[in-house]
Amino acid sequence: MNHNHPVFTDNDPQSELVTLNLGPTHPATHGVFQNVLQLDGERIVSGVSTIGYIHRAFEKIAEHRPFYQITPLTDRLNYCSSPINNMGWHMTVEKLLNIKMPKRVDYLRVIVMELSRIADHIICNTIIGQDTGATTTFLYLFQFREHIYEIFEEVCGARLTTNIGRIGGFERDFNDIAFAKINKFLKEFPAALKEFENLLTRNRIFIDRTAGVAEVSKEIALEYSWTGPLLRATGVDYDVRVSDPYSSYQDFDFEVPVGTSGDIYDRYLVRNEEMWQSVRIIEQAMEKLKSEEKGIFHADVPDFYLPPKQEVYNNMEALIYHFKIVMGEIDAPKAEVYHAVEGGNGELGFYLINDGGRTPYRLHFRRPSFINYQMFAPMSEGMLLSDAIINMSSMNIIAGELDA
Amino acid sequence: MEETTLNNDIHVKLTEKFGEKVTAVSEPYGLLTFVTYKDVIINVLSHLKEELKFNFLTDITAVHYPGKDHGIAVVYHLHNMVEKVRIRVKVFISEQNPTIPTATTVWKGANWMERETYDLFGVKFEGHPDLRRILNMDDLGVHPMLKQYPLEDPNRVDKKDEFFGR
Repeated sequence: MNHNHPVFTDNDPQSELVTLNLGPTHPATHGVFQNVLQLDGERIVSGVSTIGYIHRAFEKIAEHRPFYQITPLTDRLNYCSSPINNMGWHMTVEKLLNIKMPKRVDYLRVIVMELSRIADHIICNTIIGQDTGATTTFLYLFQFREHIYEIFEEVCGARLTTNIGRIGGFERDFNDIAFAKINKFLKEFPAALKEFENLLTRNRIFIDRTAGVAEVSKEIALEYSWTGPLLRATGVDYDVRVSDPYSSYQDFDFEVPVGTSGDIYDRYLVRNEEMWQSVRIIEQAMEKLKSEEKGIFHADVPDFYLPPKQEVYNNMEALIYHFKIVMGEIDAPKAEVYHAVEGGNGELGFYLINDGGRTPYRLHFRRPSFINYQMFAPMSEGMLLSDAIINMSSMNIIAGELDA
Repeated sequence: MEETTLNNDIHVKLTEKFGEKVTAVSEPYGLLTFVTYKDVIINVLSHLKEELKFNFLTDITAVHYPGKDHGIAVVYHLHNMVEKVRIRVKVFISEQNPTIPTATTVWKGANWMERETYDLFGVKFEGHPDLRRILNMDDLGVHPMLKQYPLEDPNRVDKKDEFFGR
């Protein structure tokens, strides 16, 4: 069987170039990425990216699953921040069904989404540190990702592939332990993040490795449809949470950090600042929750939200709703809808076409990693190999989202 | 109702420029959607980009409607970041000869989106610099998102829609 894009080392003894097959399973690339690079010494002359190593045909599978069974598929897109994908999908369906969510659910969702954004940015920023040679920072901050996963565990029972929430709200209310863990996180995380910044932000070695490396102008970034922290690092203040608010983000007071030159250092700074802003948002959400009526964790839409099991056994209507929802018999309007959320890496869009069947007629994921990554090979040209590696870390390409 | 007037504005401007080439205008969930034709699609996209400030290409994908005259819809999502308005452009092309001019001349970022669409639906983007498969292997031989290719064993009877009243 022939490989997708065979590139062979030039056997010409006069040739100055070396072909390096970086990946698909290279320890420096944190995922399944193959790049065939032509090297002149340590400089990259040209590169070809090959992707698709973990393509799982989610869009095809989604055409054969009822709406609620698609949530676990979205987990496996950007698996570093699964809850954002889950919520994005729920909100897409809610938009299709015209469900108005109670404020308390919106705020609970905001808490979960911002926690996962912090988890996502922790991974990216600590790994930039790791790849520039600073394992300490990685170990210091990474345990807070563990604390975030403990919160998810308390909310939904799962850690990485969360399948959190349901169409129409959450499957259960947050318990007291979950709130206690969130409060504990809010108390402890800022100090650790500050310490992390102290270790890296003004670190001479770190600045030398990252500042001025892989600079991207905002025109190029827009031309290549970049979104998320990468685009903001170039100086464009585009954030879906602000430009197209969902889940009551308009109620919150936060800033959208932007960079100037789009280099790796700026991306690092933007992600760090976003973590601070996420902490701010969670604090505000916890404050707002106090004035909301307790015990509301889903919208009052029995047609679309599964009734409690107790009622299914004792109540005819609940049994009917349960049956219809599980069999995918819900009456959704025949329409098409595009909904975008700000994922960890940028605009995560869901384009859903419903024709009235049990399953979507077509579901397309606008995956930020896929669209951001296409610039990796062209921008590597002329770069040092070691710089290209940290460039890839700072783009935070998640293989699951890249290949869908 | 601010958005609706804005959309209406865009609609009027597009009709002024392209006349009857802009058809089937609708506004599902506030997102202006219209259908155009493949001979003018690049003009429409560049006009949207240069004149109407839709500077950002959000997404390119396709949808397959088997059995229709023009069975493949290529769908473009554009975004005007300044005025915070999105637009959806559709072009229906024939299944037998699924060709459409490439949008890489307007946005460089269209490159991989079009490769993905080619890979999954077989839409040939004319003038694309590097139209190869991207997610699937080269010798797959089919374009798997077309509706004639089943996901599971087609002999399975327990998941057929007619058993659920459709």
